Amino acid sequence: MKPFSHLMKAISEGKFVYTGELEPHRSLDLSEVESWARTLKEAGILAANVTDNPRSDSAISSLVASYLIQRNTGLETIYQLRTADRNRLALLSDVLGAAALGLKNILALTGDHTRTGTTPSSKPVFDLDSTGLIALIHRMVHEGKDLDGNEIKGPRPEINVGGAANPNMDPLEIEVLKLERKAEAGAEFFQTQVVFDVEVARRFLREIEHLKVPTLIGIFPPRSYGQAEFFDKYVPGVRVPRPFMEAFARFKEIGDKQKRSEKINEYNVEYFSSFIREVKREKACAGIHIMAVGYPEVIRPLMESVK
Amino acid sequence: MIITKEKPLQEILGFLKPYKKVLVVGCDGCVQPPRSLRESERMASLIELARNSSGQPIQISATTVSRQCCAEGLQNQLSVEGYEALLSMACGVGVQVLNSVFPSMPTFPAQNTVFLGYEVKREGEMFENCRACGECMLGETGGICPVTRCAKGLMNGPCGGCVEGKCEVPAEIRNWKGEVVQTLKTTAPGT
Repeated sequence: MKPFSHLMKAISEGKFVYTGELEPHRSLDLSEVESWARTLKEAGILAANVTDNPRSDSAISSLVASYLIQRNTGLETIYQLRTADRNRLALLSDVLGAAALGLKNILALTGDHTRTGTTPSSKPVFDLDSTGLIALIHRMVHEGKDLDGNEIKGPRPEINVGGAANPNMDPLEIEVLKLERKAEAGAEFFQTQVVFDVEVARRFLREIEHLKVPTLIGIFPPRSYGQAEFFDKYVPGVRVPRPFMEAFARFKEIGDKQKRSEKINEYNVEYFSSFIREVKREKACAGIHIMAVGYPEVIRPLMESVK
Repeated sequence: MIITKEKPLQEILGFLKPYKKVLVVGCDGCVQPPRSLRESERMASLIELARNSSGQPIQISATTVSRQCCAEGLQNQLSVEGYEALLSMACGVGVQVLNSVFPSMPTFPAQNTVFLGYEVKREGEMFENCRACGECMLGETGGICPVTRCAKGLMNGPCGGCVEGKCEVPAEIRNWKGEVVQTLKTTAPGT
């Protein structure tokens, strides 16, 4: 593994890292995500993922957004690239394009099925899956070739490729088998789906320790009872512990908006800082991926509390 | 076998509107549910009835061949003299071969070809389990095709959308990777 990005350099130096998430919309206007990127940077987040048609809702090109955000804010981006919308020709083009623009991280994803999004009639591509995309990028970076052996002329792209992981998968054994394939294909880091239960995170980190792939556990401090409930009920496999839901149910009853937010922020910081302290002890845990999109109030206090 | 679904009658009537002498050609090959002589005759009767009731009578007959996907067989078995158009009861392959053997005769499909699959019970529900990809991995995957049976066609599944063994796409697709692991475990030598 050769670290090209700030993120991978920090991980290889043994630093505990934090990444964030930015979600550009179906719009040319990136001012909102850029201001959010600045907030993340000021809070000490090292790099941020830029989503690619999340949930199969169409949005501005994540390649272009990754580049513009990195250039305009100075926050390193992790370009998310999904195989749901592109065949291997287009994927290779975009990876070369990303390298030419100076992007250093790619998170290789399969992506949600197009049936689940805003444009269910669109044709799903899935020429490669996430593991195949990792293999393609690894081959481009380390051998200067594509999957068919065609050579890349000139310098090789300098990109670190990561994969997604789901600690909530039941049975977990299947997920571990899949991550072994991803590691074999060349995944240099993993970022996980949201985890609320520290035991779920711990068990997962132990199960994948043998892969020796630095792993960032995904967390999502919810802003409201509704958000917590959404994860509990609708996000595949995610279970929110009962005491957490009960606490949020109590906060819901607080009439004063300001007071309610304060209570929620306080609880989130307390809950997740203890969560982070626990997972930090695990060998495979290289950092935390905070997916609190649009919730800057909690990130800084959270990071400060675990320093 | 190749699974087909009959097209709506209105669509078939639309194809045949300009024609007065039509031959319905069945197929005794692998198309399922059966699309043979009996089904072709039934189709011809339905078309005749619909055309008569709309005041546009049609002269329509039915026949069948051993399989529509063999050009030589079609040349030997089928005579289309005196007809203006053909209606194929076979899969998309059959329609095209019929068309290539009788290029002067317009050929229309009576079926939508949907997938390669199987049935659990005779003439029961049909399930897809092969994509005819040309790179068969069944020897390594416990005899279960991971690609066909995944909505995303993933070789390295399951994806994050899998919950309690079910797929997120509303089709009640089972978690094939779990099945593969289970099958390989129970059939491995020494178990």
